[in-house]
Amino acid sequence: MTARKEKIVLPLIAVLLGFVLGSLIVKLTGRSPLSMYAAIIKGFSGIDILNGQPINTRYIGEFVIQAMPIILTGLSFAFASRTGLFSIGAEGQLMIGSISATAVALLLEAPKGIHLPLVLLAGILGGALWGAIPGLLKARYNVHEVVVTIMMNYIALHFNNFVILHLFGSADRVKTAPFPTTALLKSPFLESITRNSRLNWGFIPVILALLIFSFIINKTTFGYSLRAVGYNKEAARYAGMKVSRNIVASMAIAGAFAGLAGAVITVGTFNFGRVIQSAEGYGFDGIAVALVGGNEATGILLAGMLFGGLKAAQPLMQSQGIPREIAGIIQASIVLFVAMKYGIKMVIDKFERKQAPSTEGDRV
Amino acid sequence: MSYIVEMFHITKDFPGIRANDDITLQIEERSIHALLGENGAGKSTLMSILFGLYQPDGGSIRVRGKEVKISDPNVATSLGIGMVHQHFKLVHNFTVTENIILGMEPHKGPVIDIRTAEQKVEEISRLYGLAVDPRAKIEDISVSMQQRVEILKMLYRDAEILIFDEPTAVLTPQEIHELMQIMRRLVEEGKTILLITHKLKEIKEVADVCTVLRRGKFVGTVPVADTDEEKMAEMMVGRQVSFHVEKMPAKPGDELLRIEQLNVKNLKGVLGVKNLSLTVRAGEVLGLCGIDGNGQTELVQAVTGLCKIESGKIYLKDKDITHLSIKERTDRGLGHIPEDRQKHGLVLDFTMGENFIIHNYYEKPFANFGILNKKAIFENAERLIQEFDVRSGQGAMTPARAMSGGNQQKAIVAREIDRSPDVFVVVQPTRGLDVGAIEYIHKRIIEERDKNKAIFLVSLELDEIMDVSDRIAVIYNGEIVGIVDAAATNENELGLMMSGALRKTRSTPHPAHEAVHA
Repeated sequence: MTARKEKIVLPLIAVLLGFVLGSLIVKLTGRSPLSMYAAIIKGFSGIDILNGQPINTRYIGEFVIQAMPIILTGLSFAFASRTGLFSIGAEGQLMIGSISATAVALLLEAPKGIHLPLVLLAGILGGALWGAIPGLLKARYNVHEVVVTIMMNYIALHFNNFVILHLFGSADRVKTAPFPTTALLKSPFLESITRNSRLNWGFIPVILALLIFSFIINKTTFGYSLRAVGYNKEAARYAGMKVSRNIVASMAIAGAFAGLAGAVITVGTFNFGRVIQSAEGYGFDGIAVALVGGNEATGILLAGMLFGGLKAAQPLMQSQGIPREIAGIIQASIVLFVAMKYGIKMVIDKFERKQAPSTEGDRV
Repeated sequence: MSYIVEMFHITKDFPGIRANDDITLQIEERSIHALLGENGAGKSTLMSILFGLYQPDGGSIRVRGKEVKISDPNVATSLGIGMVHQHFKLVHNFTVTENIILGMEPHKGPVIDIRTAEQKVEEISRLYGLAVDPRAKIEDISVSMQQRVEILKMLYRDAEILIFDEPTAVLTPQEIHELMQIMRRLVEEGKTILLITHKLKEIKEVADVCTVLRRGKFVGTVPVADTDEEKMAEMMVGRQVSFHVEKMPAKPGDELLRIEQLNVKNLKGVLGVKNLSLTVRAGEVLGLCGIDGNGQTELVQAVTGLCKIESGKIYLKDKDITHLSIKERTDRGLGHIPEDRQKHGLVLDFTMGENFIIHNYYEKPFANFGILNKKAIFENAERLIQEFDVRSGQGAMTPARAMSGGNQQKAIVAREIDRSPDVFVVVQPTRGLDVGAIEYIHKRIIEERDKNKAIFLVSLELDEIMDVSDRIAVIYNGEIVGIVDAAATNENELGLMMSGALRKTRSTPHPAHEAVHA
């Protein structure tokens, strides 16, 4: 297989195998895999193949809502990854983005055209700042980013709750006062065309983020130097690149994507700042999305939609009598199979070799 | 004598290139058969086919007269074929024995029987005169010892046909000599050796028969006794090759690089470079020779800004650059071909196009307002590939990882020479290259010299130092033990200085005031 073909075929096979494994487990629990697939199809489109219901835009809206934040956290992980960094910090950066957006949403009074962009910007900056800290520690003191980002997720969680409870005079012990409408991504129009789903304008910043990610990585000199550092830090240093600066910048930008996710959830899905009991898993979902998406914008978009759809299908599966955890198992096994891509490749190569004399290889 | 391995009409295609084109190779039992060719001639591909790493697109293989299909290295091993790769495949924190038994560990019940294995390793080691300690850790033993561990690995698996892929590229002259003796011993004990190389001297010294490949095609098989180095070189390159660098006497000008009283600590925290002073002048090549590990690396890293110095001064064109960054030094006209091409010279996952712009990716024409200009990058790469004859399957779009070591080196040389720096620090520029490429790179270095650039050549190959340099500085134990005129010295004198037995101290610390120097 050529490298390009490999990039497309291997994740597809992984997804397929993930579903096969999921079906087997459903079968083992004595339920019908068919009703699982029916639930998943319904989660994506509202089409109910068992009861013959047609497409329902409400379900589409809901699954897009699920996909939006994990696409952004996927971009966050992927961006750091392209610079050779393994950032587990999207979860915490998302919370800081969320609290920053909450602050601007509550404290500022301005017309929507100014207020909403500022709210999103606050989320981006908050996440970027939170991401820059492990970047700095890595660049300056060579502290491993995995450790720092995990720890900072906890700090972010408790900081978020502290701020919500103490600063914004929350109505009860769970949330702040509602935001003014000028700060919200909510759209009666989008809600009306999706039969009152929670769909909002959040998908626009998500699309912009995808484009910006791809642009920075592939088209700019900055992206070039980030990739050089990611692939071979020593060669980048020999060529005179500022490796430390690139590490900080990369972590900050990764944080910005996650921070935006926090803002989009806070002023899109919700309309108030929330006390968070424990990590909600956006960060880890993002890692899965980035891995399956091959750290590329297009792949992340598709993987994010897939996992978003699976999330949306969970309650539907439960109503079919299938444990909702099955969706999690499918997602996890897809990631597992992606990680096993070399094994899958070996099997394919062997198969191809049997079919015809092989014509590929990479060393001349 | 009968043929132990026969490969008939082997053909192998890679995207954009035919690596092997109808090659036939017959190897006599108990002989040393050399496979000679330039970088990218298809030697490694052919051997990888024999070892089962690649499948041929056409042709057949016979081992001991029987037709075989070598679908993977396990089949090759069961046929008694073993291979020592150019880059060793050893686990560094394992012992010699642990590495050797990896994959076929002998055991007593559930426990690995390391004792028996160690005894067997020791026995084999003694039989072939390898002198390897079975209990030593890989990270503690020298490169040549590591290579012997690779040889032991094959022998432990009862290999009869041993493939050596450029085994001498990583060895010092003495170690090469020892390896040759080991090879002869192996043949005496009944083994057959296939030696991939482009070093004619070695073939002449050790091989019985030599098969020459050129650009994937079979050129001929000759008994080594009936031929000489010039003839083999001609077969390999396809034209006459001169082994000596043609050059006019140097016309040295201003001191472009001046190192004063430099002290640099090495990785162990002791002084690797001690109170060292040197100057390189415009229009001359100063060669630095010495046995590996005598302070060359530290000196080069200090000059290029890659490591911190303890004390001393470095001047580039009379400007103090001692505390400038790598980038600032590069911008002021310092060029560098690093010693380790894969670690420092290239980003292996980048394409050729991307690798060529690594110093000036942010400058016009490669970028405009921070946005890369793909067309300019592509054209630049195509031009350099053409001009320096870098062989790459997909031109500018070839990933560096997919190219042979020699072509990777050519790409780095192309990139650095193209920048035409005023002071050019060149470290091991021809390591692993064939005669044709060496001739070419030496010519380009001399051309740079004749453009009045200062060249600081650091090499472990004595021939290269003596051929290319105008003056030769010898480093021993972090100190310069003498600077001699290249035309007035010989291998013997340099050898004595390199081992610290002879000192030729300079009369003045700044030889700029002297005439063409003696």
